[in-house]
Amino acid sequence: MRLTLKIWRQPDAATAGAMHTYDVDDISSDMSFLEMLDVLNEQLNAKGEEPIAFDSDCREGICGMCGLMINGEAHGPVTTTTCQLHMRSFTDGETITVEPWRADAFPVIKDLVVDRGAFDRIIQSGGYISVNTGAAPDAHAMPVPKDHADRAFDVATCIGCGACVAACPNGSASLFVGAKITHLGELPQGQAERDTRVVSMTAQHDHEGFGGCTNIGECAAACPKEIPLDVISQLNRDLRTALRHGH
Amino acid sequence: MLAVQEPALAAGTVTCVATTSLVKGARASRSTIALKMMMAGSGLIFIGFVLLHMYGNLRAFWGHDDFDRYAEGLRTFGTPDLPYGGLLWIIRIVLIVSLVIHVWSAATLWRRAKRARTVKYQVKKNKASTTSSRMMRWGGVTILLFLIWHLLEFTIVKVSVNPDHQGANVTQDPYNLIVASFQVWWLTLIYLVAMAALAMHLHHGVWSASQTLGLTNSERSRVFTKRLGILAAVVIAGGFSLVPIFVLVGVIS
Ligand code: HEM
Ligand code: SF4
Ligand code: FES
Repeated sequence: MRLTLKIWRQPDAATAGAMHTYDVDDISSDMSFLEMLDVLNEQLNAKGEEPIAFDSDCREGICGMCGLMINGEAHGPVTTTTCQLHMRSFTDGETITVEPWRADAFPVIKDLVVDRGAFDRIIQSGGYISVNTGAAPDAHAMPVPKDHADRAFDVATCIGCGACVAACPNGSASLFVGAKITHLGELPQGQAERDTRVVSMTAQHDHEGFGGCTNIGECAAACPKEIPLDVISQLNRDLRTALRHGH
Repeated sequence: MLAVQEPALAAGTVTCVATTSLVKGARASRSTIALKMMMAGSGLIFIGFVLLHMYGNLRAFWGHDDFDRYAEGLRTFGTPDLPYGGLLWIIRIVLIVSLVIHVWSAATLWRRAKRARTVKYQVKKNKASTTSSRMMRWGGVTILLFLIWHLLEFTIVKVSVNPDHQGANVTQDPYNLIVASFQVWWLTLIYLVAMAALAMHLHHGVWSASQTLGLTNSERSRVFTKRLGILAAVVIAGGFSLVPIFVLVGVIS
């Protein structure tokens, strides 16, 4: 395949960036999108140019590092992560625009790499449960109803990639926060901190500069793990309960 | 900051719960979600009001005397326990307070959303959002402008835009005033445009409010409230549009 790539280049956080155009040839349709960028970077290296910085780690769709805005869609046209997106999803001769996640809470570090530390701080402020250390408890000690376990498991698949924020016109991280709130709130271990969790996590969300949710639904459509919009309702409901409990 | 809750400690047998809070003095009531809840609550009050208002308007189909009796009845409701017009003033105060809350929270969230993404995408696709959902802010502004005009025209100043029907017996008689006004095609058009804006606002608003209030925690309830939004949009905007249209075509005269 032969492709024209329009890619955001920005040397560092303090310097202004711009779109640059590159041509690549001999791209196999079996390559992943990141492998295609690797090919481009080898060409740039050979020419003595600075390679394009982009994030990746697992390259198997589970770590959440590889988010890119591809032709105006977070992680591109397929419901998966950028590393699991293959070039067969594009056509020969196509022009592809590649941009970093755009949110002031995710500042660009370099080229396509953004700092998603805001998510870490949201997790740090409440995305955990407290347990006693020591001997592991008996696996059957705490029964969990099947439907609760299923819902918790489904939303626990959130990999913190930030596509929801990237796709949201308000730059809101409600889907991410909702996924965490629902995951822990469905389980018995999550009950003790349920009220303080939702208050601290939403406070941190707002403090980081993410926008408010308007239930538009672009987040769920962009999410590679298909986290449903219901989790935002759950988040709101948990906050309402916390309000009622005087938090 | 890592704090251990004291009562848990004292009990001895329970696991102590760690409460990290990076934001000092975090309160549920100060979150963007609380703002959205105020917007949803005031929005639901508006929906209750427009339903009542629409019912009143449809009385125009019963003719001059019934309509004017209804309008007068709103003012004498509850007398002598309430003063003349007392009910209307109670409703007005509730609506004014709701409007201030609704517009203020909308403006605050709009500003936040602008600050949340100061560098725009070169290319951005909308994959799932409805036109209604993307029109909430500008559509809301349209409704607000319409509301100001509507109140000036029929409540505060009471003017007839119809050059053929002027004078106190038109402007001081509710039925005569609406008939004279909606015989003017461009006024009817303004109202129909405003009703289109209202329909879109309700289409997304009903679903959005349910979601904001935490009532749509499953796929079934999500699909149900989205349909309810369409129903509210069609019934309310459609119901309001009937009187202007039927006046214009001469059925109500
Ligand atoms: C007066 C001018 C108005 C303005 C400027 C305005 C603006 C807005 C905005 C910006 C939203 C948020 C949209 C979103 O969350 O996606 C909203 C929500 C809403 N509005 Fe309005 N609106 C107005 C009047 C009305 C009226 C007359 C009604 C009802 C008949 C109404 C009902 C609602 C409802 C039910 C919501 C949903 C609340 C939520 O999102 O949680 N609004 N409005
Ligand atoms: S909710 Fe989905 S899009 Fe958002 S961070 Fe989690 S996995 Fe990514
Ligand atoms: S690199 Fe880990 S999810 Fe893509």
